[in-house]
Amino acid sequence: MIKNLLQGEKKVFMTGNEVIAWAAIAAKADIMYGYPITPQNEIMHYWTRMAPKAGKKFLQTEDELSAGFTTIGGVLAGKRAFTGTAGPGNTLMQEPVSMAEMMRLPMVIVIQQRGGPSTATVIYSQQETNLTCYGGNGEGLRVVYSTATHQDLFDYTIKAFNTAWKYRFPTFVLADGYQAKMRESLTMYDPKDRGIDMVPVEPILGKPGVPGIDRSPTHIRNTYNTEEELYDVIMSIAQDYEKFAPEIIEYDEQNINDAEIIIISHGVVSRAAYGAMLELREQGYKVGYFRPITLRPFPAKQLFNRARQAKMLIVVESALGQLAKLVKDAIYGCATPIENLSKPGVGIISEEIVERVKTLLKGGHFNVS
Amino acid sequence: MSVEPKMPKCWRKESKPHKFCPGCGHGLALKALGMAIDELGIQDKVVFGCDIGCSLLAWDFFDVDIVQTHHGRTTPVITGLKRANPDLIGIAYMGDGGGYAIGSQHLVNAATRNEKITAILVNNTNYGMTGGQMAPTTLPNQKTETSPYGRSIEETGYPTQGPEMVAAIARDEAYAARGTVANMRQLKGFFKKALQNQIDGNGFSFVEVLSTCPTNWRTDAKGTWKYLEEEMTKFFKVGEFKTPAAKGEQS
Ligand SMILES: Cc1ncc(C[n+]2csc(CCOP(=O)(O)OP(=O)(O)O)c2C)c(N)n1
Ligand code: SF4
Repeated sequence: MIKNLLQGEKKVFMTGNEVIAWAAIAAKADIMYGYPITPQNEIMHYWTRMAPKAGKKFLQTEDELSAGFTTIGGVLAGKRAFTGTAGPGNTLMQEPVSMAEMMRLPMVIVIQQRGGPSTATVIYSQQETNLTCYGGNGEGLRVVYSTATHQDLFDYTIKAFNTAWKYRFPTFVLADGYQAKMRESLTMYDPKDRGIDMVPVEPILGKPGVPGIDRSPTHIRNTYNTEEELYDVIMSIAQDYEKFAPEIIEYDEQNINDAEIIIISHGVVSRAAYGAMLELREQGYKVGYFRPITLRPFPAKQLFNRARQAKMLIVVESALGQLAKLVKDAIYGCATPIENLSKPGVGIISEEIVERVKTLLKGGHFNVS
Repeated sequence: MSVEPKMPKCWRKESKPHKFCPGCGHGLALKALGMAIDELGIQDKVVFGCDIGCSLLAWDFFDVDIVQTHHGRTTPVITGLKRANPDLIGIAYMGDGGGYAIGSQHLVNAATRNEKITAILVNNTNYGMTGGQMAPTTLPNQKTETSPYGRSIEETGYPTQGPEMVAAIARDEAYAARGTVANMRQLKGFFKKALQNQIDGNGFSFVEVLSTCPTNWRTDAKGTWKYLEEEMTKFFKVGEFKTPAAKGEQS
């Protein structure tokens, strides 16, 4: 018997991977395809326990190439299909994602970042930022939500399916090993109780009727014969991306209006950054907080306008300058100096950020009141 | 004896003449497949996936829905589609490089999992699209662009025996056969059985097709057929290697 597993609002305390499995159920996802890799495994573990009860499916594939391409197959059949991976699996996943980018296929991918490069650690990092935003042999025409809390994991996993199917771009939920494994409280809900309609899905291939008789056949490809043909295809995808970006872009900013120093961070690190900002404010420093929630498309204009008013920016991340690169690209032309706190593959706590900001100020390179 | 129709009903007229080289076996393989689809009356249910390789030229070949995928990845795309919607009839069409080299893990695992799809692999003993390099199916001593002095068995092993491998690893419900474009009636029969096996929900079905690539073989019409019928069949046995009907006998 198929059960509606999620009814009404529910306050829960669970790990992030469990949250994602529940969110996929809440989003009416139909099928998950996946290959084991830490720290993503428990998404599959929880999904495979719940899925049969909810009339949903799972396939364990032979690798992440297959996980990505079978997810594409699920999407072509008109189902909300998703996969989850991390680290070296994310590297392989970029091949199917590049096909989804070219063919506008609404696949959803959850990434639980682990240390890199190579096999590195199974624990945590923010080192898959570049890869997730710009991986593959293309232009990064995908949506990337960077989550910070378990509530985010729930909300943005649901949203990822809607964004993917509404705009037809591959959509990532970018989290990390900390979020995957730690327990935290959140409220789960049925989206329709909150007035969130799931964007309807439809078969891309295999619609009713005999092709060539009742309807035209659907023929989709990713190979083109001439430079001009390819140029037209890419430019039309890019134009759509530009057009939809303002509707998709999300960010958070706090205490920013009078900020002389802006701490910029994303994902779980933004929680430490937020704490540091409050602490520094208490001590009398005019510090603000800016967090891009979508890394693709990036809230470039929004950050630019804030950055020009400030005297110093500090980019904090568990990677060696990956977010910093996105920031520099976004605010090109803004003269405000950019400092960093970069700890590749290592967690960051608010005290470190407070200390770093104070050291920078003491160094006296900035004339901050 | 009834006269075979010139062009299968499910062929898309607007995309003909097709884009393969003159004398290429792909067109014949797709003709046999078209006739099989017509005779089974499944045009409304088939989703055809083509690989990267010369098979990509079939991206608009039929009046059925078609997806062109990446090199070696057609098997997982069609697997994912079929898992998500078992009412569709999924065909994964690929070359020998796609199926036996870059995508071999997908073929092996689809076979062992008994995926209810039909995989068709065109064996032309080389990588056609990229200009005639050595493939897993290249014959011993055969000259290709990357084995200019002939394929060395010591260095690169024997030609892959695909249907034999599938027959060895797949469950009893699977179907595995090797046909040839030199025997269209038999090839069509193999395709029909392979598709019927999927329609019946039995399991994985696989047909390798011995085919021709005169462009890279650098053969004339006579040489092409001689190579297909005399050289290739020395290594590649035509016939059925696993039929679901044999289920009881094998147990
Ligand atoms: C990942 C990847 N590697 C390499 C290629 C280049 N490539 C395109 S077609 C092809 C070989 C095709 O040979 P085969 O699969 O035997 O098919 P045929 O052209 O002979 O029909 C290769 C290597 C590619 N497109 N993608
Ligand atoms: S290169 Fe060979 S396989 Fe490709 S279309 Fe020409 S003859 Fe056929």
